[in-house]
Amino acid sequence: MSSRRIFARPARFAAIAPYLWMMLFFLVPFAFVLKISLSQTAIAQPPYDPLFDLTAGWEALKTALAALSIDNFRLLISDDIYVFAYVRSLTVAVTATALLLLIGYPIAYGMARLPRSWQAVAMVLVIVPFWTSFLIRIYAWINILQHDGLLNQILLALHLVSQPVVWLSTDSAMYIGIVYSYLPFMILPLYATLAKMEPALEEAAGDLGAPPWQVFWLVTFPLSLPGVGAGVLLCFIPIVGEFVIPDLLAGSNALMIGQTLWLEFFTNKDWPVASAAAIVLLVVLLVPLLLYERLQKRQLEQGR
Amino acid sequence: MRKVSRLSRFNIASLALGLAFLYLPILILVIYSFNASRLVTVWGGWSLRWYHEFFNDRAMIEAAWMSLRVAVSSATIATLLGTLAAVALSRGERFRGRTLFSGMLYAPLVMPEVITGLSLLLLFVALNAERGFWTVTIAHTTLTMCFVAVVVQSRLGSLDRSLEEAAMDLGCDPARAFVAVTLPLIAPAIVAGWMLAFTLSLDDLVIASFTTGPGSATLPIRIYSEVRLGVKPEINAICTLVIALIAIVIVIASLASKLSSSRGESAAPL
Repeated sequence: MSSRRIFARPARFAAIAPYLWMMLFFLVPFAFVLKISLSQTAIAQPPYDPLFDLTAGWEALKTALAALSIDNFRLLISDDIYVFAYVRSLTVAVTATALLLLIGYPIAYGMARLPRSWQAVAMVLVIVPFWTSFLIRIYAWINILQHDGLLNQILLALHLVSQPVVWLSTDSAMYIGIVYSYLPFMILPLYATLAKMEPALEEAAGDLGAPPWQVFWLVTFPLSLPGVGAGVLLCFIPIVGEFVIPDLLAGSNALMIGQTLWLEFFTNKDWPVASAAAIVLLVVLLVPLLLYERLQKRQLEQGR
Repeated sequence: MRKVSRLSRFNIASLALGLAFLYLPILILVIYSFNASRLVTVWGGWSLRWYHEFFNDRAMIEAAWMSLRVAVSSATIATLLGTLAAVALSRGERFRGRTLFSGMLYAPLVMPEVITGLSLLLLFVALNAERGFWTVTIAHTTLTMCFVAVVVQSRLGSLDRSLEEAAMDLGCDPARAFVAVTLPLIAPAIVAGWMLAFTLSLDDLVIASFTTGPGSATLPIRIYSEVRLGVKPEINAICTLVIALIAIVIVIASLASKLSSSRGESAAPL
């Protein structure tokens, strides 16, 4: 009825404040990143040449535009460090996301098959670590993985190894850290689709003579694809830009792009190159980001 | 029947292993925070000395205080803005720039923090804003209002619209119907959103590092610089205190959502 429409008008006004906020503090900043990525590196405070001054008029703007340089971007392509960093970030993200899917799926499946009342409990148990500080959880693993840490103590006591294994500063440690931190992000969307699934479909497939693996592969898994997609994107995109976990757990010889960017920014103080690296990272992530947005929108519409 | 029971044993095993994986590291950390020994790995009996050490560490206390202030203010602003955004998205139907609006609200949820932090810093430098408490608060508000918007929006989505329509049929104007009917119904989601924003802000390292100024480090920044230098038992104690604080927050949030489910509505997803 029309009452719906009466409500719609004031509700639209509710958008004004958050809209302006996001414009100013989310969208506009990218204009500055773009601007600085095109400026020259300078030893100054702030460490880049001011590019254009809108108050100086059109002529000044034209000369400024002529002075734009894509040197920073050229540097990114020609310098092996950056190319390797991007490749490594993508490799790590793909590997970690695959591990997360492998580990998270059985857990989400187990949750979805629990009795109703237990499902809520299991869900809270999975969410709680997500609320617990991210940095603290990584730190907890440093405690366990260090040279004389708990893991080595246990392995030695069980005589599985004869001397302590080096865990810290290795890729294995980094993958443990990433899987540990992102697991709830993978489990929750998977669980959401698996819990909604009609169990009769699986039973029907079983009654028709399909062995369990076939039931899973031909019925359950295809039906859970929306959850798989959401989980994969929710993990993949942030892992590509991950900084803290590789910095604390992985070795320092092969950096991911998030670390390279951070170093360039804080240690080398090369803001223009760091900005250019951020722009390239954003472009690399644009496709998955748009996919995520579309998926999110579809799920919200379904939920209605 | 036999097939089903074998399957569920596998389910239970994977679930138990998964939960053990999620909780054991935190549990170990908490236990070792009470370790009397200076060596983090050697058990020297129960003691509170590292808590004592923390409360005498001025720099850490100041950082913790800064973090708490930022978390409370940014969570409050974010809850206000995020709720408005959720109302606009789920009740405003179509409006100009709606797609851009929802895109801007979803992007920060997954965007690598390094990019968000870098872009905000460049904005603050361009605006010549003095970096410190307010710049970190603004940055955290921008990130966390998106989470609040998602939580509140999903609650609004599951709400029966006929309740609002009934209120208006009985003569309420839309604003009154919202305050008298809708707001109490979504209150648990708003509380949960505030809690989520609070813990996210308390936890954030990357964005805070980019947007803070000298002399106003937050707790994660301090912890991070200590951890990089090696494991210190004092950090175990600080981490345990943070975990305890968050546990309290979770208990309040779950009480809020229980309150809503006891009214006979489905609970919010968070």
